[in-house]
Amino acid sequence: MTSLPTPDPGAKKLGLVIDLDTCVGCHACAVNCKEWNTGGHAAPLPDYDPYGKEPDGVWFNRIHSYEAGCGEASRTVNFPRSCLHCENPQCVTVCPTGASYKRVEDGIVLVDMDKCIGCKLCSWACPYGAREFDELAGVMKKCTLCIDRIYNETLPAEEREPACVATCPSRARHFGDFNDPESKVSKLVAQRGGVELMPELGYKPVNRYLPPRQAQIQTAPRERAAEGGNKLLRLLDKVLSR
Amino acid sequence: MSKQETIEYSVPVGDSVAQTTCYMCACRCGIKVHLKDGKLRYIEGNRAHPVNRGVLCAKGSAGIMNVLSPARLRKPLKRVGERGAGEFEEIEWEEALSIITARLAKIRANDPKQFAFFTGRDQSQSLTGYFAQMFGTLNFAAHGGFCTVNMAAAGLYSVGGAFWEFGEPDWEHAKIFLLIGVAEDHDSNPIKLGLGRLKERGAKIVAINPVRTGYGAIADEFVAITPGTDGLFVLALVHCLLEEGAIDTEFLIRHTNAHYLVIDAPGTAEDGLFARDESGAPLCLDRADHQIKPASTLGADPALLGSVTLPDGRAARPAFALLAARYSDAAYAPEAVAARCGVPAATIRRLAAELAEIAFNQPVTLNVPWMDTSGRRHETMQGRPVAIHAMRGISAHSNGFQTCRAIHMLQMLLGAVDTPGSWRYKSPYPKPIPAGPAPGGKAFLENGALAGLPLGFPAGPQDLLVDDNGEALRLDRAFSWEAPLGVHGMMHMSIAEAHKQDRYPIDTLMVYMANVAWNSAMNPGEAMRMLTDKNADGSYRIPFFILADAFFSETVPYADIVLPDTTYLERYDCISLLDRPIGSAHGPADAIRIPVLKPDRDVRPFQDVLIDIAGRLKLPNFTDEDGAPLYASYADYMVRHQRKPGIGPLAGFRGADGQAIGKGEVNGDQLKRYIENGSFWRHHLPDEQLYFKHSNQAYLSTAKAMGLIDKDEPITLHLYCEILQTFRLAAQGHGAHQPPERLRARLEAVMDPLPIWYEPIEATMVNRQEYPLHALTQRPMAMYHSWGSQNAWLRQIMSENRLYMNRETAGALGIADEDWVVVESRNGALTCQARLMEGLNPNSVWTWNAIGKRSGAWTLDQKAPESERGFLLNHLISEYLPADESGHRASNSDPVTGQAAWFDLTVRVRKASAAEAGQTAPHPGTVHAPFAVHNPENLRYGAKMEAAE
Repeated sequence: MTSLPTPDPGAKKLGLVIDLDTCVGCHACAVNCKEWNTGGHAAPLPDYDPYGKEPDGVWFNRIHSYEAGCGEASRTVNFPRSCLHCENPQCVTVCPTGASYKRVEDGIVLVDMDKCIGCKLCSWACPYGAREFDELAGVMKKCTLCIDRIYNETLPAEEREPACVATCPSRARHFGDFNDPESKVSKLVAQRGGVELMPELGYKPVNRYLPPRQAQIQTAPRERAAEGGNKLLRLLDKVLSR
Repeated sequence: MSKQETIEYSVPVGDSVAQTTCYMCACRCGIKVHLKDGKLRYIEGNRAHPVNRGVLCAKGSAGIMNVLSPARLRKPLKRVGERGAGEFEEIEWEEALSIITARLAKIRANDPKQFAFFTGRDQSQSLTGYFAQMFGTLNFAAHGGFCTVNMAAAGLYSVGGAFWEFGEPDWEHAKIFLLIGVAEDHDSNPIKLGLGRLKERGAKIVAINPVRTGYGAIADEFVAITPGTDGLFVLALVHCLLEEGAIDTEFLIRHTNAHYLVIDAPGTAEDGLFARDESGAPLCLDRADHQIKPASTLGADPALLGSVTLPDGRAARPAFALLAARYSDAAYAPEAVAARCGVPAATIRRLAAELAEIAFNQPVTLNVPWMDTSGRRHETMQGRPVAIHAMRGISAHSNGFQTCRAIHMLQMLLGAVDTPGSWRYKSPYPKPIPAGPAPGGKAFLENGALAGLPLGFPAGPQDLLVDDNGEALRLDRAFSWEAPLGVHGMMHMSIAEAHKQDRYPIDTLMVYMANVAWNSAMNPGEAMRMLTDKNADGSYRIPFFILADAFFSETVPYADIVLPDTTYLERYDCISLLDRPIGSAHGPADAIRIPVLKPDRDVRPFQDVLIDIAGRLKLPNFTDEDGAPLYASYADYMVRHQRKPGIGPLAGFRGADGQAIGKGEVNGDQLKRYIENGSFWRHHLPDEQLYFKHSNQAYLSTAKAMGLIDKDEPITLHLYCEILQTFRLAAQGHGAHQPPERLRARLEAVMDPLPIWYEPIEATMVNRQEYPLHALTQRPMAMYHSWGSQNAWLRQIMSENRLYMNRETAGALGIADEDWVVVESRNGALTCQARLMEGLNPNSVWTWNAIGKRSGAWTLDQKAPESERGFLLNHLISEYLPADESGHRASNSDPVTGQAAWFDLTVRVRKASAAEAGQTAPHPGTVHAPFAVHNPENLRYGAKMEAAE
């Protein structure tokens, strides 16, 4: 079993805010993530039977679009799913080799692929389905929060964010430090009532989802349209008296 | 706890980076392509690029897998077996080009129109169209005729701009946004960026669409309208606004022809035309002195209502008076249209009230002084923050042109055209109406070229391309009485008409980048049959078919010669102001593509090939007086070709010093300057030119100086479309240019100068009891407008499609989720699986388009889900309508523009029997690639790079 690091009060708590009010379900984040990471720290992200009967592969980010509710009350939800970098990640504590670990300095949950024996206990432990097994290499892989982007000094400062955030066309994804109350992510969560997924499990996910909103326009109570021959009266008034 | 691993954070992305333009769909986003050891490492959005500002969609990010696709063609091919059998031999380029040149030279010498050239999602139409013009054939078009010509034509003939390519919502200031008939498409990243910005600002988004997916899913309100009734819905909104007097009369008088006097003399040749003075200037009635005077008279107070007697004794009424009378009629009341539209009357009334509230009680004022074309200085820019975007759901119906006109009318009545917060022109638009010269096709120059480009803008019946009997000169019948404003041509009719041969035979059909035997055919089964059909003597009915494409598509097996194209990262290209530019409301812009990779196979960029062929054919303006080719390549042409003095394919960095914009002499360093600038150029308009471009003197003068427009005069918006009325008068028997008898009644009805709504034509010709459901398609965002969903990553997102049905509708038919169903139309039947959903108009079914593939095509496994469980709705559609009483079968298209009416389809659905289930049908036989297929069992892309470190 692998133990979690002792929380350091000064450490960062890095993660994502995903805005369900804005996500259109376009899969841009998923594919750009795939593209970056297949040549990045966890390279490669393999594809099985890519031109065949059952194309499948490793993705650190998957999008689910589904409907909730019935009839008038129904709505369509686009839900991007990736590792939530939990504060209390059971995927780490179940790991028999220490391959799965939570970083002290920023809370990112990673897999040391050299230590991974491919037992998949972590994927059974993760209720969010965030673990991705590389069947060809026999090791578990997962979202690294683009650790090779966010600390990459060869990138301009403004590009040091996860690929999914950089590419999101509707700007529904945000990255930052949840331990900094002044960070964009902390403020968004405070302002918009960001929620954690399945808090009852006690894994304390770091990532937050912003719930959908509904903009409304208030109009002055209007008089019932004039009936019969006077229909054009208001228009005539308006047009003639301009 | 064990020690944390050591992570190397600062690994350079690659060893080189190139900036170019994406071509995974039609958006033309700027991309940065990182290479490592000569291989693609990463493609990302260019943060400095005006189109996408750094973001990139799923398609763009999957570009690597398109470039590596095993379906890429490798070498020119010559057919050796029967058409459709897919038997080819590989030939050298020289042989392919010699065969083509010999054939085309003969055609050009005898009858150039026997060469038909249709291009698909072609972003080089200013070259391909010019080639056709110089060749001397009028039979040219790109894919607009089956895509969005209704939107382009209605916009250009109403407001001098159009949704999508020639206009955009003011994302920064709009307070209410109507998204009509758009769920996932047109366009991709700019809309998503805009929606995100609207959300951030708290604006209200209303999705009016039969289907709630994609953008509709995040809308604040979803209006599940019945397909084909959007026009009626919009006219009901207009009815409500008229009732309320919520009309921007000031805007109408200043910017539109609302006050022009329309002659009221039924039965005469000038009925419905504008009353004009001797100089031809339209007239108005000045309320101040009750005098009739030119409508543009400064200081006049024109009447919008009432009636007047002209000096010649005829009666006339302001155009607005006709409009007000028509739409205030009870027939347009929400209560009268609610059932037909599937939208409650109260919803229509509330939405109209919201539009009025935002437009008139919550205007946006920018403290930016500007000068209008009448010399009036305005201290501020005041706008109506009602923005609209409309596209496919409007476009793909046979009433789409008039429906789109109705939407533009709504914008004009609200004063919401190019004002802060409203829909805005993308420079180089607005353009005057009509937006350009008439189509070429009747007149030839001495050198054999057409006097004008094949696609143009008719200003009346005199500009149609018809013979003395009023019958179409073009193969596809665009610009004939069957599609007078067919400004993008009618590619969907090309194969059918070439096969029919009822006017003249076609010798050679050349198609570029269009899958005309599959998802780009309205009826793939018929397209395949017609391409293989033979005459009694054993010759093919369509004698010669040349296909240029980068991939082994379903169409390849039907070609006689296949010209293998490169992928988008292996070529030069130009996104030109002469064609379909990437300008925005902030200023004109254009872009180039540059080769980032060297092709690893014997392929050539199609544009290079076309210029080569033009040289071999010694076409004018592609060769000098001695017949020597003028251009070595497309890149060379992009720099040195001049359409008019100083105006070429690229508008930026012109002139010897590279400082001229728009107009300027050729600059040999132009491509270098583009590359240094990220492969794009844009001109930032100053704040005073950002709005009211149609009457903004500074903007119009700038646009003229840059060569974007010919005159810097105000552009009057056509609330009342007099050009349509000229066609209508012809239909009534007036004038020298007369339509065939069979079309008179239809033309008189549809060429109405004020927007009308009519039933989608197909629905009036089939038994709706028999086919009660509307059937629609849309492409998923991850594949919209993309070329090659064989992509290894994208097909993991979607590789099979379902027929989506409203849960209640399906329940009544005894259909459950995942049941196999049979879908039948007047044209055929298909078998597929159903999926039930809530967010869907109950009278409609729909599916994802172009997911279904023919077995073996794109080198996918013969049993790939795309062919086992994917399907094309196209099999149920026909490019022709049912026969009328005389036996004539008209095109299944909008009667104004010739736009393919894909969305007019009506079907019935039943549960499939056990024997019918298991595989989608129709399931045409497997096709085999004309090369050895090496599909990897697994991909570990990126792994080598890691090892190489």
